[in-house]
Amino acid sequence: MSDNANTRVVVGMSGGVDSSVTALLLKQQGFDVVGIFMKNWDDTDEFGVCTATKDYEDVVRVCNQLDIPYYAVNFEKQYWDKVFTYFLDEYKAGRTPNPDVMCNKEIKFKAFLDHAMSLGADYLATGHYAQVREKDGHAELLRGVDANKDQTYFLNQIPKEILPKIMFPLGGMDKKEVREIAKEHELATATKKDSTGICFIGERNFKEFLSEYLPAQPGEMRTLNGEVKGQHDGLMYYTIGQRQGLGIGGSGEPWFVVGKNLDDNVLYVGQGYNQDALYADGLEANEVNWLVDQDFSQPFTCTAKFRYRQTDCPVTVYPQEDGTLLVQFDEEQRAITPGQAVVFYDDEVCLGGGTIERVYKNEKTVKHLA
Amino acid sequence: MKRIYLDHAATTPIHPSVKQTMREAMEESFGNPSSIHHFGRESRKRLDEARATMAKSINTNYESIIFTSGGTEANNLAIFGTAYANQDKGKHIITTQIEHHAVLHPCEQLEKEGFDVTYLPVDENGIIDIMDLKNALRKDTILVTIMFANNETGMKQPIQMIGNMLGKRNITFHTDAVQAYGIEEIDVEQLRIDLLTVSSHKIYGPKGIGFLYKRDGVNLVQRLYGGEQERTWRSGTENTLAIEGFKKAVELLMEERNGRNEHYQQLSERLLQTLDEREVDYNVNGELDSEHHVPNILNLSFSGMDVEMFLTNLDLSGVAVSSGSACTAGSIDPSHVIKAMYGEDSERLRNSIRFSFGKDNNIEDMEQVAERIQSIVNRLASNV
Repeated sequence: MSDNANTRVVVGMSGGVDSSVTALLLKQQGFDVVGIFMKNWDDTDEFGVCTATKDYEDVVRVCNQLDIPYYAVNFEKQYWDKVFTYFLDEYKAGRTPNPDVMCNKEIKFKAFLDHAMSLGADYLATGHYAQVREKDGHAELLRGVDANKDQTYFLNQIPKEILPKIMFPLGGMDKKEVREIAKEHELATATKKDSTGICFIGERNFKEFLSEYLPAQPGEMRTLNGEVKGQHDGLMYYTIGQRQGLGIGGSGEPWFVVGKNLDDNVLYVGQGYNQDALYADGLEANEVNWLVDQDFSQPFTCTAKFRYRQTDCPVTVYPQEDGTLLVQFDEEQRAITPGQAVVFYDDEVCLGGGTIERVYKNEKTVKHLA
Repeated sequence: MKRIYLDHAATTPIHPSVKQTMREAMEESFGNPSSIHHFGRESRKRLDEARATMAKSINTNYESIIFTSGGTEANNLAIFGTAYANQDKGKHIITTQIEHHAVLHPCEQLEKEGFDVTYLPVDENGIIDIMDLKNALRKDTILVTIMFANNETGMKQPIQMIGNMLGKRNITFHTDAVQAYGIEEIDVEQLRIDLLTVSSHKIYGPKGIGFLYKRDGVNLVQRLYGGEQERTWRSGTENTLAIEGFKKAVELLMEERNGRNEHYQQLSERLLQTLDEREVDYNVNGELDSEHHVPNILNLSFSGMDVEMFLTNLDLSGVAVSSGSACTAGSIDPSHVIKAMYGEDSERLRNSIRFSFGKDNNIEDMEQVAERIQSIVNRLASNV
């Protein structure tokens, strides 16, 4: 028997094409592959149907095609406590949370990893577009080869100690190849649509979903000069830089959300995509997590992303004594949003990241972006 | 790795003699029992013989057996059938909190349709208090449906006392005997049972066949409309091949029941003994005396374990067992039976496993299972 046959890899399977191909590739390499479906959210409707049921059925079909055992595990309680509660709290605080980052940190690469290890797994594999590389006895997190799909942004908060136990078999491929492999092997999920949006909201209307959990407080929309431009439905429904759904007509350039004032329940709006109010030149980040074994106490330069799929921007990072970071951008950046992640890179290596806490311009806090 | 199947309460493998009987039946006969020609008569004869075997096994007459597609259909026919036939007399039904979903879900549906259902609680051993039943009876009570032996814990209900109480009051008494039939000698006359559900695939017979015993004079409204098979109680051409297999399984059961029960008892004792020797910490859900418990089911709580993690580990090490019921998305829902016994805060809801034994298991299997359990428990304990 080869070593791979004695190496157990637990694959987190969602019922999507990426995790299906992940399992396929590992099976082809001869590993002892075990597929596990995570149930994190219950959206059972009045007919007893839930999205998880359909997704699980796809996991079952694919695992049977691959002839690997499959199981399910329920993390609804952990997900509610660690991810959904955070999600609501952030919205209550007027910020824009990133539940995918939190899910990776608390569920997939913590609770689920523990579960996999308890099943005697040597590795946990997922269908993320990212790579783990061993260098000088340390494991590093690298961007996925498909720049358009790279998911390291969402992985910035996982602890570096677990990297040696993680496999991302899709990291060296692009999405098109993955689809082709799935089709070639006639996997049940080969043509299944990619899931979009936040997993627990799915295809539903975001506003409607949020209003089930948080009371909406309508208020005024104003320009930064105080001119009332209309009514908003509740600050939580808007994010910085958003254009849709404002309902401000008239001539001239379109209107955008440029900020929020939680105390007075005011939504700030302004005209023009490139208006000055949307730009900042620095930020403060907390909840900082480093993915490489380096001394990060001194200022350094690197590149950074402030949102998923953005091109990298050159920055200088000034570590503070309290563990937070001040990040100075080489060029002003548009729509930096508190609550989102800032993630740092040295070329292909993901260095780590943090949560955007405050936004600066000319060394002053941009209050409307607070 | 030898795979060991300890989930016989879910389903059993088909007995070799049953397979042989079914093979022969497939060759010898194919007619529709309702046809009036030679081929029909041939099939009808076999069907009637099977019906007589079923009837004899529970001490009733030939006319009282209604073949169904299995336990779920028999339970549905008994519950909806009685409810609809008697709704002018009353709309109150009594059952327990620990029934199989094939009883609970019909009752819940009837509630939506305007019936009133009382769900009796059980004690820590999973047994109802007969006084609770007495107090729940009303003038408009038309049906009491209480299972014979529970499928998760193996705990038995006081069927004789219930039968006596209801017989005096002329209230229809249904019991789901799917788990008990393979173990208990059931005499529907002595126990004063009006409706009784039996399934073939729990007694080494084929799937897709079962029967409902219906006492003569009990009113039912049929659930399926069509031909007049089963004296109109169950329309649809009879599943003759499965019925042949079922008949053979019942004949074998009648011959072997006592011996099988002794074997189950030995397996159960050996498993517990080996777990003790290996110092694995467990608690029995329910109690193990033969008066209240069937010997083929053992429900154990393992303190500190998580049921999904434990079941997955057991399967990966070749031990097939189960717990509660799996939800449609594959994860394990906490058992409503264990919840009724120990309360919703009990950790037993998250760490209980059902072992159910079969005639082909042997003593060495039990030692193997205990050894594998010990190694999983030790590994998980050292992970913490």
